[in-house]
Amino acid sequence: MSAMTAKLQGLLDWVDERFPATSGWKAHLSEYYAPKNFNFWYFFGSLALVVLVNQILTGILLTMHYKPDATLNGSGVPVAFASVEYIMRDVPWGWLIRYMHSTGASAFFVVVYLHMFRGLLYGSHRKPRELIWIFGMLIFLMLMAEAFFGYLLPWGQMSFWGAQVIVNMFSAIPLIGPDLSLWLRGDFVVGDATLNRFFAFHVIAVPLVLVGLVAAHLIALHEVGSNNPDGIEIKKNKDAKGIPLDGIPFHPYYTVKDIVGVVVFLMVCSVVIFFMPEGGGYFLESNNFIPANPFQTPAHIAPVWYFTPYYSVLRSITYPLFGLEAKFWGVVGMGAAVVIFFLLPWLDRSPVKSIRYKGPVYKTALALFVIAFGTLGYLGVLPPTPVRTLVGQICSVVYFAFFILMPIYSKLDKCKQEPERVTG
Amino acid sequence: MKKLLLALLALILVPLTVLASEGEFHLDHAPDKSADPAALQNGAKLFVNYCLNCHSASYMRYNRLRDIGLSDQQIKDNLMFTVDKVGEPMTIAMRRADAKQWFGVAPPDLSVVARSRTSEAGSGADWLYSYLRNFYRDDSRPSGWNNLVFANVAMPHALWQLQGEQVMGEDHKLRLDKPGRLAPAEYDAAVADLVAYLQYMGEPSARTRKQLGIYVLLFLAVFFVLAYALKREFWKDIH
Repeated sequence: MSAMTAKLQGLLDWVDERFPATSGWKAHLSEYYAPKNFNFWYFFGSLALVVLVNQILTGILLTMHYKPDATLNGSGVPVAFASVEYIMRDVPWGWLIRYMHSTGASAFFVVVYLHMFRGLLYGSHRKPRELIWIFGMLIFLMLMAEAFFGYLLPWGQMSFWGAQVIVNMFSAIPLIGPDLSLWLRGDFVVGDATLNRFFAFHVIAVPLVLVGLVAAHLIALHEVGSNNPDGIEIKKNKDAKGIPLDGIPFHPYYTVKDIVGVVVFLMVCSVVIFFMPEGGGYFLESNNFIPANPFQTPAHIAPVWYFTPYYSVLRSITYPLFGLEAKFWGVVGMGAAVVIFFLLPWLDRSPVKSIRYKGPVYKTALALFVIAFGTLGYLGVLPPTPVRTLVGQICSVVYFAFFILMPIYSKLDKCKQEPERVTG
Repeated sequence: MKKLLLALLALILVPLTVLASEGEFHLDHAPDKSADPAALQNGAKLFVNYCLNCHSASYMRYNRLRDIGLSDQQIKDNLMFTVDKVGEPMTIAMRRADAKQWFGVAPPDLSVVARSRTSEAGSGADWLYSYLRNFYRDDSRPSGWNNLVFANVAMPHALWQLQGEQVMGEDHKLRLDKPGRLAPAEYDAAVADLVAYLQYMGEPSARTRKQLGIYVLLFLAVFFVLAYALKREFWKDIH
C-alpha cells in the first residue's frame, strides 16, 4: 500500500468511527443482494429517482428567475406568465431547463405508473413488503399534489382554470366545503394569494415530504429485500456465508445495468425535450400559452393527462345520493380511486405473488383493469358526451371491481406451483 | 406475457378511435418556411408594419431578430419605429384602456400566439394562416369585418389593402369582391411569411433546440454503446 492510499484509508477509518460511510455503502449497494432475474419492469424505480433529481435541480434553477406574482406588468401581462417567457427567451439555456422540468413532470408519472404496474404484475406489494407499498403510495399522493401545485405556476389559462376546478371540488363537502375552499385559495377567486401559497407548497413543503418518503421507501425495501419476477423470496436459499444463492450485489451489477436503462430513458426524454416539447399538447397545453384570465372560461377544461383517469371517475358519478349532490360523490369516488390502492396488500389473497404463477382469473382481471384505466384516462381529456359518460361509468365500475372483488377472485384462481429458485 | 401486453394495447386503442372527436373548421395547412431567412425577414417586416401598432410582442426583443439574419443596424433602420434601443422589447404605445374602448377587447400580446392556437384541427401556424386569409365584409359587425375561422372576431382585417375585400356568397364560400395590392397567390405567400415569423417569435430558440437535439441524441447513442458493453462485461458471469 502506497503512502497516499494509506492516508486515504486513515481518513476513511476516521469517518467510519463517526459516520456509517463504509457500512452504509455496503448495506445499500455493494452488499445489498438483489435477485439476479430482474427484467425490463425493474428499471422504473431507479428511473423515478433520476427524474426526482432532475426535477429538484431544474426546479432550483427555475426559481432563480420565476416570479410567483399574479399582478399585471406594464404590457398588461401577469408577471408570473411573463417571467416564464423571460426564462424561455432571455435566460441563457432557460428554455432547456424549463423543458427538462415540464417534460420531467410527465416522465415522472410515466415511470411511476409503470413502476406501480410492475407491482401488480409480480405482487411486489405482498407480505412482507406492505410498508414499501404504503410509502410508495404516499409518494404517489405527494407527487399528485406536487404536480397540481406546480401546474398553477405558469399562470396560463389551463393553470388557472384547472386550479379553479380542483379547489372548487372541496366546496362540495357538506357544511364546511365553501369555507374550506375559500381557506385553501386564500381569496374568493384563484388569485395572487393562491399563486404564492401554491409556489410555497411546490418548492418547499411537498418536495421535503417527497424526499423523506423516498428515503423511507428505500430503507423499507433494503430491510426486507427486493421482490422479483418469480415472486419468491431469495432469502430462503442462502449459501454458507448467508448470501442468497439467487442474489447478486446491487453494485456493481445493477448499477451498470441501470445506467443502460437511464441512457435509453434519457434518449426518449431528449426526443420530447428537443423535438416535441409540447408533447402533442399533452405535456404543455396550447391554452396555457394564454395568460390566466378570470373573466374568460375556456370552452373545454381538461386536467393534464396523468390526472385524467381520476377526473373521468369524478365525471362518471352523475347521481345524487343520501341527499348529497352528485358532485360530492364524484369527489368521493375520485378520492377512493386513489386511496383504494393502499389496501392492495390485503386485498390480494392469492397463494402466489407473481403473475407467472397466477391463473387466468387474475390475468383477465388485470387486463380489464388496465383497459379501464387507459380508457378512463383517454375520456378525461375529451369533453363529455352521453356515450362517453356511459363508457366512463362502465370503466369506473371495472376499476373498482378489480380491487373490491380481489379477495374473492384471487382465492378462486387456479395457480401454478412456484419454483424453489428464480427462473431467470 | 408479451402477447398479453400487445393484446392489451390493441384492446385499449381500438375503442378509443370510436370515441375520438371530430375536428371543427377545416384549417388550411401553412407552408413550412421556418428555415427560410428571406421569408422570416419579410414576415418580420409585415408584422412590424401591420400588427405591431395594436398588438404588442412584449417578450420579444428587437435584437433577437439577429436570429433570422438581420444586423442591429438593419433592425434599427427598417423595423424600429417607436423605440431607439435594439435591446428593447416590442411594446406598443396604445393604452390598454383605450384599446378596450375602441375594439371592445384589448388586442392580445402576440409573442406566443402561434403556440396558443394549436388544436386537434391543426398547428398554431395552420390556424393563423387560415385566419388571416378568411376575413370577409360583414356590415352587421362593428368593425365591418367578420372571419370564417374566428366568428365575430373584434379585430378588423388589418391586411385588407393587401388582400382586397372578400364577401360571403350564397353558397357560404368567400369570393374576392375588390382586389387588393397583391394577387391572391402573392397574398397567400405574404401571409405564409408572416405566419412563419409569428411561429419563430413564439419560440425563438426552436431552431437551436432542434439542432442541439441531434447532438444530444448522438452523444447518448455513443454513451449507450459504452454503457451496454460495460453491462455485458460485468454480467457475463451471472447465469
